[in-house]
Parts: sequence; C-alpha cells; structure tokens
Amino acid sequence: MIDDGFIKSLLEKKGSLSRRESIDCLTLDCPADQLKDVVLSFRDDEGFDLLVDLTAIDHGEDAEVRFSVVLHFYSLVHRGYVRLHVLCSDNENPSVPSVSDISPAANWHERETYDMFGIKFTGHPDLKRILMWDEYPYFPLRKEFPLAGIDTPLPAADVVEVTKASVEPAPMMGGPFVSSSDGVMSDSEPRALDESWTEEMEKPS
Amino acid sequence: MSKTVTKEISIGDVGARGSEASDKADSSLMALNVGPSHPTTHGVLRLIMELNGDVIEKCEPVIGYLHRGDEKIAENMTYNQFVPYTDRLDYLAPLANNVAYALTVEKLAGVEVPERCEAIRVLICELARISSHLLGMGVFGMDAGAWTPFMYTFTEREKLYTLFEELTGARFTTSFTRIGGVARDIPEGWLDRVKTFCENLPKATDEVEKLLTRNRIFLDRTEGIGAISKEDALAYGLTGPNLRASGVDLDLRKDKPYSGYEKYEFDVPIGTQGDCYDRYLVRIEEVRQSLRIIDQVISDFPSGLWYAEDAKKIFAPPKEKIMTSMEELIQNFMIVTEGPQVPPGEIYFEAENPKGALGFYLVSKGGGVPYRLKIRAPSFCNLSILEKFAPGHMLSDITVILGSLDFVMGECDR
Repeated sequence: MIDDGFIKSLLEKKGSLSRRESIDCLTLDCPADQLKDVVLSFRDDEGFDLLVDLTAIDHGEDAEVRFSVVLHFYSLVHRGYVRLHVLCSDNENPSVPSVSDISPAANWHERETYDMFGIKFTGHPDLKRILMWDEYPYFPLRKEFPLAGIDTPLPAADVVEVTKASVEPAPMMGGPFVSSSDGVMSDSEPRALDESWTEEMEKPS
Repeated sequence: MSKTVTKEISIGDVGARGSEASDKADSSLMALNVGPSHPTTHGVLRLIMELNGDVIEKCEPVIGYLHRGDEKIAENMTYNQFVPYTDRLDYLAPLANNVAYALTVEKLAGVEVPERCEAIRVLICELARISSHLLGMGVFGMDAGAWTPFMYTFTEREKLYTLFEELTGARFTTSFTRIGGVARDIPEGWLDRVKTFCENLPKATDEVEKLLTRNRIFLDRTEGIGAISKEDALAYGLTGPNLRASGVDLDLRKDKPYSGYEKYEFDVPIGTQGDCYDRYLVRIEEVRQSLRIIDQVISDFPSGLWYAEDAKKIFAPPKEKIMTSMEELIQNFMIVTEGPQVPPGEIYFEAENPKGALGFYLVSKGGGVPYRLKIRAPSFCNLSILEKFAPGHMLSDITVILGSLDFVMGECDR
C-alpha cells in the first residue's frame, strides 16, 4: 500500500520531490533535471514498474510556467498510482529530459506529447510526429490553436499539384456544439463555433 | 522464426511515400509497405517493413490515420456532450468506454451512484467485453486462415447487438452513460433476454474452441509466434489480455475494483508463454469469466434508482420529472446549458477494458467543461511494442501477430 510511511520515506530519500494535494493518488512535483533519476529509482527501488501514461498540460499563453509534463506510474507491488508533475522552465522552447531509455513505454507517449504540444524531449532516439504528419506546422493541443483547425498544405506535393487540395478548417455550423468554461452564463451556452456560414454570410462553396 | 534461404532481391521504394525507412534501406533488403488500408491491419495501421527474404528485419508502425483530435474536442464541450465521442474510441466495446469516462468525471466530482446503476454498468461492461473478444477471436482465427470460427462468433455478436439496441437505442454507438448515472433504466424483460443469451453463448465458444484450440494448423501458426516476455510487456506498458498472456497478474477489476467489481467472484486467466496462442487462450477464458460475472449480477440485481439523485448539479433528472416539476426543469436547463458542475482538480482513472486499461486524465478548473482530457488508449501502448518483437518473424506471421494484439485504431489514434 502507498501509505503515509511509504510517502514519508520516499520524500526523505528524494529531497528534490515535493508533495502536492490530490484527491486520487500520490502526486509529486519533480524538477526537470531530476526526472531521470526519479524515474529510474521508481522502477528499480520502489516497484513502480508500469509507466502507464505520459502527457502534458498547457496552462495557457499567459501562465508563468506554460507547460507541465505529467507522468503516471502504476505499481504491481503497491497496487496504486503515482503522478509526477514536471514543469517546463522555458515557455518558448519547452523541453524535458526523455525517459524513453529507462522506460520504452515513454517512447510513443513522448512523441505524442511533442506532436501535440511541441515539448522537446532531450535524448529521445527518434522524436518525430506520431499522430499528425511529419510536415505539419502546428501543435494542435496548445490552447491558442483553434478547434476548427488551420488551413494547412497537404503533405504530398505531387497530389497538391494535381488536386490543388489543402487541409481546410472544419466547417462547424451544425457541427459539434461547443461550450466555454468561463465567462458569463450566456457565453457558456453550447453553440456552433463556425462563423464562416451564418444567416448573414453565405455558405462557402 | 525458421531460417529461409532466398536469393536477394532489390526493390527500392514500394509505395512508401516520404518514408525515411525506405530511403535509408539497405539495398539487399526489400522495403514493404503494408497499409494504411489493408485487411490484416484491422483498420488504418500502416507498417513499413524491411524484409530479408521472408524474414522481417525491421517493422515500423505508422499511426495517426484516424486521428480526429478527440482531446481537443473534449476541451470545448461539456462533460455529457463528450460521451458520444467515447463510443468512437474502442468502437468494438463502446459501452465499456462510456462507463470508464463517466466514472472518471464522477470521481472528480465526488458523485456516488446507487447500487443499481453500478450493477447496470458492470453488466454492460462485461457484455461489451464479450462482444469485443468475440470479434477479436473470430478475426484472429480468420487471420490464421480459419474462416468458420468467425461465423460462430459473429452470430453471437449479432445477438448481443440486438440486446444493446434494445437497451441503448443503438447497436454500435451506444452513448449510454451520463455523468452520475446512465441514460435510462433497463427495459422490462431485458435481463431475461441477457440471461438466455448467456446460457447459449458457451455452446458457441465451445464450438470455436473445438475448431481452433487443438487445431494443428492454428497451433503451428500461433504457438511460439510473437512471444512477449514479462519484462518487455511491462516495459512497453502493455495492459489487458496482452499483458496477462505474458504472465503478469494485473487486472484492474481485481486490483483496483471500481463500480462494485469487488462483489463478484471471477478468475483472472494468466498466460505463461506470452505468444499469440496464449493471447487467444486468455481471451476465450475471459469470455467465460465474464459470463460468470453476468450471472452473479443478474441473480442479485439491485432495485432502486439508476442515477445519483442527490447530484443536482451533475445529473439531469428523468424526463417525466422535468415535464411535471419546476425545480427539476431548472435543474435540467442548467445542466444542458452549463454542463455538469465539476470542482477544480485533477484525476487519473483507469478501467479494465477489453483491450486493456483505458485511462482518462482529467484536469478541471471548475465549471462544466474539462480543461484538459488525456485519453490513455490501451491500443496505442499495445502497438508500440510491435517494433520490438516483430523483427525475426516471417512476413506471414505478421497477420497473426496483429490479430493476436487485438487493437483498434479508433482508440489508438483518437
């Protein structure tokens, strides 16, 4: 079990970790330069053998620290989870050391996080996009990226030459009805976000 | 993994547009592009392989062809609005996804659902597991060259879909759960029909077993093929039947029980070799164990409400109440317009889905819309190991290996 005794001894052993309040599992803040050591000792000494998830949060363009990487471990011994928060110090070029050499499970997760947020994982063997295509210029899960998408050229130049096709923003009229989490109540009412096609403006052909 | 002697052929770029793998390819190896649209890839998975004769030297999975940006979409809609999107993750077991998602949000909101709701959820999760494994086993047999088992499993799956349709109104995209409950109570007489189905299912699974389990050709094609060691399985974050076939005893229904799973007795089948055959055996046994659970759920089906009544800001009351009472009408209006009100915080929850542990990491800043929702898809992790263990096998083994991993691209690409 992950009880108070275990947490206390873990925090004593790893002075750089600090605990965070959380309702579900043990949550720790970890400095980026200590991440590799912590993950290694989690695996070898503490019995957290399964890296179940690695992702990131974008705290918004105005946030002091914009990106944080979040790792979840599961332990077969303790039958419980541990969560690690790693803050990326540089908002413009966020980077975090890669843990894929310690835990191969991180390889694809780190690629996905890079793909979606543009966070660089230093030391990753093959850090390239995984869900979007290689030439894609944006990081879609960043908060400033619009839900409908941005007009982007298709990856295959020979196809574009013939078809003149590009990736267009999704027409959202009648599409997913979206809400926003803040503002006055009338703003948070679900609505179609599309402004390209309203009663005043003609439907794009 | 037998040795083959073939003369070297050199074919350069076989349809692998823009792939570094083929650019760098050794001229003595053949580059082979499989997919993204190919029957063995069970969806839109693309494999870039380098072959030495018939032997795979390198196998690089390329994913993302079914990427729809579910996580981005989730950040822009209320909690209940996202339920239909969860259907389209593992679309072979949508009910289990619905339940996992609802449980995540409920955990963060601190909502406890009544016993009847929990029982309905366990029941639909296990039915979804059976339906997913029936398809998994059927097409796995087909990948190995056995057509007939597929006919048996699909007949049974069709019956299940009729039951799903009666319960949810849809065969495929069920969207059955709501935050704080389910969409509606179970229809009258439905439990009896589930029971009849469960009584007849063992006949079909026995038939499949007769056709496959001791079948010489099937054994030759699956035994010792695609073996994943315990260490590798853990290191690559495998979950579900694929992990258990490698001999790791991890079933979240037992280890971290949710939705009242602790009340039911069932065994967790564990493999020893971690090969394709073991993965098949684990799945077929899981179907039997699911039937055991369903039997226990139905024999002691709790009465009472099927939604959390006290969660006034989470669950919209049933329609008949909305139509007759002012208070409930307002409650419904607030939930529809503003979404279920979830306090700020973060939560990570994993449910034992047919394909593995489906996890949701939810960050809320309060209000009715998630700030961030990460979907930890089991198929995504289960596929990442392909690069590691496919090399060394014959090209013909790749169909069996893919079939035995039982992945779904809808979930992998999100």
